[in-house]
Amino acid sequence: MNRHDHFDNFARALHWGMAVLILAMLFVGVGMVASLTLRPVLIDLHRPLGITLLVLAVIRLLHRWRHPPPPLPASLPRTQVLAAKASHVALYAAMLAMPLLGWAMLSAGGYPVRMTSSFALPPILPHDPALYSLLRQAHGWLGYALFALILLHMAAALHHAWVRRDGVFEAMARGRSRTTTAADPDPEAPPEA
Amino acid sequence: MSTLPDDPSPPPPPPRPWRAWSAIAFLVLALGLAFAWVAGWIGPAGRLTAPRLVDDIENGKPFPGFRRAHSRGVCVAGYFEPGEEAATLSRARVFQQPRTPVDGRLSIGGGDPYGPEAQARVRSLALSLRTDDGQEWRMAMNSFPFFAVATPDGFHAQLLASRPDPASGKPDPAKMAAFLEQYPEAARFQAWAKSAPWSSSWANTEYNGVNAFRFIDAQGRSRFVRWSMQPQSAFEPLADTTRQQAEADYLQRELQDRLTRGPLRWDLVVTEAAAGDPVDDPSQPWPASRPRHVAGTLVLERSEPQATGTCRDVNYDPTVVPEGVALSDDPILAARAAAYSVSFNRRERETARGEIAKPAHAKGAEATR
Repeated sequence: MNRHDHFDNFARALHWGMAVLILAMLFVGVGMVASLTLRPVLIDLHRPLGITLLVLAVIRLLHRWRHPPPPLPASLPRTQVLAAKASHVALYAAMLAMPLLGWAMLSAGGYPVRMTSSFALPPILPHDPALYSLLRQAHGWLGYALFALILLHMAAALHHAWVRRDGVFEAMARGRSRTTTAADPDPEAPPEA
Repeated sequence: MSTLPDDPSPPPPPPRPWRAWSAIAFLVLALGLAFAWVAGWIGPAGRLTAPRLVDDIENGKPFPGFRRAHSRGVCVAGYFEPGEEAATLSRARVFQQPRTPVDGRLSIGGGDPYGPEAQARVRSLALSLRTDDGQEWRMAMNSFPFFAVATPDGFHAQLLASRPDPASGKPDPAKMAAFLEQYPEAARFQAWAKSAPWSSSWANTEYNGVNAFRFIDAQGRSRFVRWSMQPQSAFEPLADTTRQQAEADYLQRELQDRLTRGPLRWDLVVTEAAAGDPVDDPSQPWPASRPRHVAGTLVLERSEPQATGTCRDVNYDPTVVPEGVALSDDPILAARAAAYSVSFNRRERETARGEIAKPAHAKGAEATR
């Protein structure tokens, strides 16, 4: 049996790197829709970063398939296990869907899918107002949903770290075993006397 | 060594879990609030965002299915041919390829898609040029030679000051005076609007890009430019009486008439900035002595009603530029991109739902979306 208790270095690098990029993307996304001054700068960031995240999400999914994540502790209540599994499926679905929706939306809106000043991706859908309108709204709403999911994910991870202290957070935060991390002082809760 | 993940004994709970819970709640709330602030949902009252600017352009009376500004117009199509000099100015593919197909739109200023065409002070020409390498250049040009104001805030202030007073039906002179005091650059535009001659056709009107851009040549050198489309059709005045009495679709009929007789041409004239010329303020014209180059010829051959034409579903966002052309820091240019996108999203949604504004009265409005 593959009894491991932490994510490998590559999985952790992908997780934390993508965490920063995805949060940045969500802020860039809502910012460029609102701002009267920053849109051109932000959209030039948003498109290539989105496609980069699509590639990273595919790599991450393949890596996860080859290297399954550590199991959750047996002490975790069944409902929490289910919630964890469901939220991870939703996070992966959103990570893959967001860039694809963006690409499809630009195609249907008749916009060039510009990556750099000299390179654009081909359209993946015909230019059509009904399609565009649907995809534009889907891209926006899924963005809000993804942000909410990330907040939930973060809250759950910190719940593991600070309240349950069961090593689930450390499995992603550090490459060391739970025995080592359990000995680390918790910033929120001083060690018992 | 690692412990087994299926250790049956749960870890001891922290002594004061409320502290951990508060820290978690604080982090979630802080991120959520930062997100809402960036999105413009919370923040100082009156912070101008793209959706709010478009709301104020609509002023509670949008025409669903139409552009929120320059709502009335026609689709046009033709091609562009570069001149000899063009390739030395920018390495854009448009300037190398012998001929580039063009789709575009001729329109009038104002938000009423059924408003009388002849009476519009501002006319405009929007273009999309697609080259064989898949690159695209969109332009949105106007008949005014410079923009009224230097900033989006100025544009917003102008919008509010020029709203008709409900009592008189005309803009409140006191508000307009206050606006001019705060944005004195607008006086130049008002003088232009008063004195510039009215031409008789979309075809004999000059259209100006107004915003500065950068052209990048084959050696990677960058220069600031502005461009105009100068009509080859001779100027003819539009008589005051014609302007007042013309049918609402006067310009469309006149254009159709000319197109049945042959294609219409404009010279693309590129003006280079000298050091020190304002490249981030479209309200300030550059001196007339700046070098000018004819970079090519625009030829329009056909027109189509916008209800059924290609241009209906295109956002002529002037920040869509090809390799060899880059944006300047002109804040009006960025604001146009932001506002056009909001307008496009709204009208495409309405178009998809079949919510299209009908003319308030039938006269002159038949099938002229």
